[in-house]
Amino acid sequence: MRIAIIGAGVVGSLIARELTKYEAEIEIFEKYPDVGWGVTKANSGVIHAGYDDEPGTVRSKYCTHGNSLYTKLSYELGFPIKRTGSLVAAFDDEEVKVLEKLLDYGKKNGVEGLKILDKYESLEKEPNLSKMVIASLWAPSTGIIGPWEVAQAAIENAIDNGAKIHLSTEVKGIKKTNKKVLIEVDDRDYEFDFVVNASGLWADVLAESAGVKVTPLHPRKGEYILLDQSDLVRTVVFPVPSKAGKGILVLPTIHNTTLLGPTSEDLPPDWRDRNETTAEGIRKIIENTKKLVPSINLSKSIRTFAGLRPENDLKDFVVVKEENMVNVVATRSPGLTSAPAMAEDIANWIVGLRSLKLNKNFNPYRKPIPRPYEMEDEEKEKLIRENPAFGRVICRCNKVTEGEVIEAIKRGARTLDGVKLRTTAMFGRCQGSFCTVNIMKIIKRETGMDFEDIEKNLPSSKVVDGVLR
Amino acid sequence: MKMRYDVVVLGGGAAGMGAVKGAKDLDASVLLIEREPFTGGVLNQCIHTGFGLQVFKMELTGPEYHEFYRNKIGKFDALYETMVLNIDFDENKIKAMNSEGIHEIEYGALVLATGARERPFEALRVPGTRPAGIFTAGLAQKFVNLENHLPGHRAVIIGSGDIGMIMARRLFLEGVKIEGVYEIMPYPGGLTRNVAQCLEDFNIPLHLSTSVVKIHGKRRLEGVTVAKFENNSPVEGSERFIECDTLVASVGLIPENDLVKGKIEIGPDEGIFVDDLMRTNYENVFACGNNVCIHDLVDFTTTEGEVAGRNAAMVAKRESLPPRAGIIIAGSGIRILSIHYTTATEPFKLYVRVDKPMEIATVNVNDKPVKAAVNARPSEMIELTLNPQKIDLKGKIIVSAKGVKK
Repeated sequence: MRIAIIGAGVVGSLIARELTKYEAEIEIFEKYPDVGWGVTKANSGVIHAGYDDEPGTVRSKYCTHGNSLYTKLSYELGFPIKRTGSLVAAFDDEEVKVLEKLLDYGKKNGVEGLKILDKYESLEKEPNLSKMVIASLWAPSTGIIGPWEVAQAAIENAIDNGAKIHLSTEVKGIKKTNKKVLIEVDDRDYEFDFVVNASGLWADVLAESAGVKVTPLHPRKGEYILLDQSDLVRTVVFPVPSKAGKGILVLPTIHNTTLLGPTSEDLPPDWRDRNETTAEGIRKIIENTKKLVPSINLSKSIRTFAGLRPENDLKDFVVVKEENMVNVVATRSPGLTSAPAMAEDIANWIVGLRSLKLNKNFNPYRKPIPRPYEMEDEEKEKLIRENPAFGRVICRCNKVTEGEVIEAIKRGARTLDGVKLRTTAMFGRCQGSFCTVNIMKIIKRETGMDFEDIEKNLPSSKVVDGVLR
Repeated sequence: MKMRYDVVVLGGGAAGMGAVKGAKDLDASVLLIEREPFTGGVLNQCIHTGFGLQVFKMELTGPEYHEFYRNKIGKFDALYETMVLNIDFDENKIKAMNSEGIHEIEYGALVLATGARERPFEALRVPGTRPAGIFTAGLAQKFVNLENHLPGHRAVIIGSGDIGMIMARRLFLEGVKIEGVYEIMPYPGGLTRNVAQCLEDFNIPLHLSTSVVKIHGKRRLEGVTVAKFENNSPVEGSERFIECDTLVASVGLIPENDLVKGKIEIGPDEGIFVDDLMRTNYENVFACGNNVCIHDLVDFTTTEGEVAGRNAAMVAKRESLPPRAGIIIAGSGIRILSIHYTTATEPFKLYVRVDKPMEIATVNVNDKPVKAAVNARPSEMIELTLNPQKIDLKGKIIVSAKGVKK
């Protein structure tokens, strides 16, 4: 049985990996040159506990379960996760009432360890929290991850188990014919028995091309500011949620920086590529996060960015299961958290429907790129003896070695962002001003690409243009 | 591998090479640890002239200055392509990594000469997209001068720091259309001589009180919107679109002290606080160059390095150095000090920056005028020689500057 997965974001990649546990031919179609570059790339990277989602929603069904699945996934797929816990900070009695409602949601959704903390307990957990706080909801299971690392790891593991990926291959439409599904790309059609549409921001468009009616999507933009600070907050700090969503947070990232954001701005449906930051958005982030953590030092900013999330009027996920197609639509927040649970559920359904047999050769483990900086000395020495390139630091800010860059290239990185999102080189306080040239030299040496062929990320995003003489 | 040296120097740029020479001159055993495969630091990519007027009384290019000075030092031990992972200041030990493994190095005295990094353009939080084609001036310089590649064909320069102006000229000479240099402040960020030699001589316009407010272009940069600025805010209605494929940012240098944060005293501008012996809060740890404060001229960092290296050698040989006797505080009119403590023993050089342009600045030490500087600007350091025989340099010493009209 041939199954196509459209979209190599967290949802698509985890479904692909889940399906490789069975006997099936899996092919993944990704329009970007690399995995996890769509909705997956620009969100908060929070594994939510599951107290936000009104019981009975599809979100509530997947979020708490998805959260718990991340522990095993992180172990099998070798991506880091940190259970920092989170606080929802309340500043007046009205907000305390909201905490009680969230606590109730959480209990109904099966979230463990939730507790309402008083002012002093809150400040003990998070010393830099505003002294104006009067209570907070503590959720120990909240975690942080690098979302794109999940997609990279899942795809690598899926490929290791026999899946095939078509990068830079945009699916233009899906046609259902008698018992088969046709995937239309630029130059040809591919025939499959089953298709999973996990195309994020474009999931409604592709569903409709196959004649499936779903609620229309529009992009919701979230802007962020990244700070070069590793010790500002220990936990994910939320304000009390409003109708617009979970609010603008202050959180530590898995890469030892601090993230402020996101804003939450609904854009027109045809603005699905408008991920630019705005003066208004940046102002809003500063104003809101300073209320939560007054000691934020903006001179530590190293970057601003924005991501688009697929939103619908239901404000809930829509999973449409048909005879030979599944559409996963409106993977808004908490889509990242829910992805493992959705993947498991959808794969199980397909397996049952098509009576797929277990793949006896399935290997659940994926080895991460070795990271000498985080190793004990003995382990470091051993690695460097085997491969001296792991002793040469290329990115001084994040201490990324030549060995890691080479390994990233071996695993498919062909662009600066491809290296950055696999190794964290160029991700730190100098934003690549020191190491970009050396990384390009390594790419050139390893792949034979010339400097002028190397792109930042998308096609036509050349880094340099022309030679002197 | 385990090693022991009298003096270990971290960083082989101009300041670090000065420290190596200073320590060698007093016959100390010296080890240099450098991240790159060679010494010289940023000098290697600065192929323009203007270096060495103070130290060599000659006008040299960066690589010439490096070679000249390197030849003066002679032979010394060095670990290249080596990254210091950790310093144990209590045990006087460094842990470093390179392609041969982990090394533990014990030092008698340590000199920190880790230089500075460029503030990335992204730190300015300018709204818009994040396309390719945005460079710090140093990165653009590396592509052009060391790699033989052009960053693009039509460029705006954001910020008028020295490297920004030098890169405006450099790119202009390679046929890049320079749309202008845009400076948010009402005065240039770099040296007056660079305004003349890099911009005016080539008719490159310098737009003061103007900066970028929006970035355009999804993949490669397609243009920027600039606007007039008043009191750090864009003036409404003054926006103007400029088509370009390259943005070169020269928006400040930041002392690079990540390695020693929390152990070594660091000021609000991220520079290390040292005394007139270039000594930090540890009696056997010294610092010199741009990780102490951002200097105008490489010559100053070399001289500072030599002082640090000599004093490090003395401490390593168990000669006692005088204790701290005074603290220097920036008073009104002064934004930056190169040195923050005194021993009040020997005369020393103090570099200061005023906080705004002044036609004539009178620099005072504890209200006693010590120097008058004509056309003083924050971008140009004022050099003071403080002599404890002449002024009291014990206790609290306030350095201030007052502007006088001509």
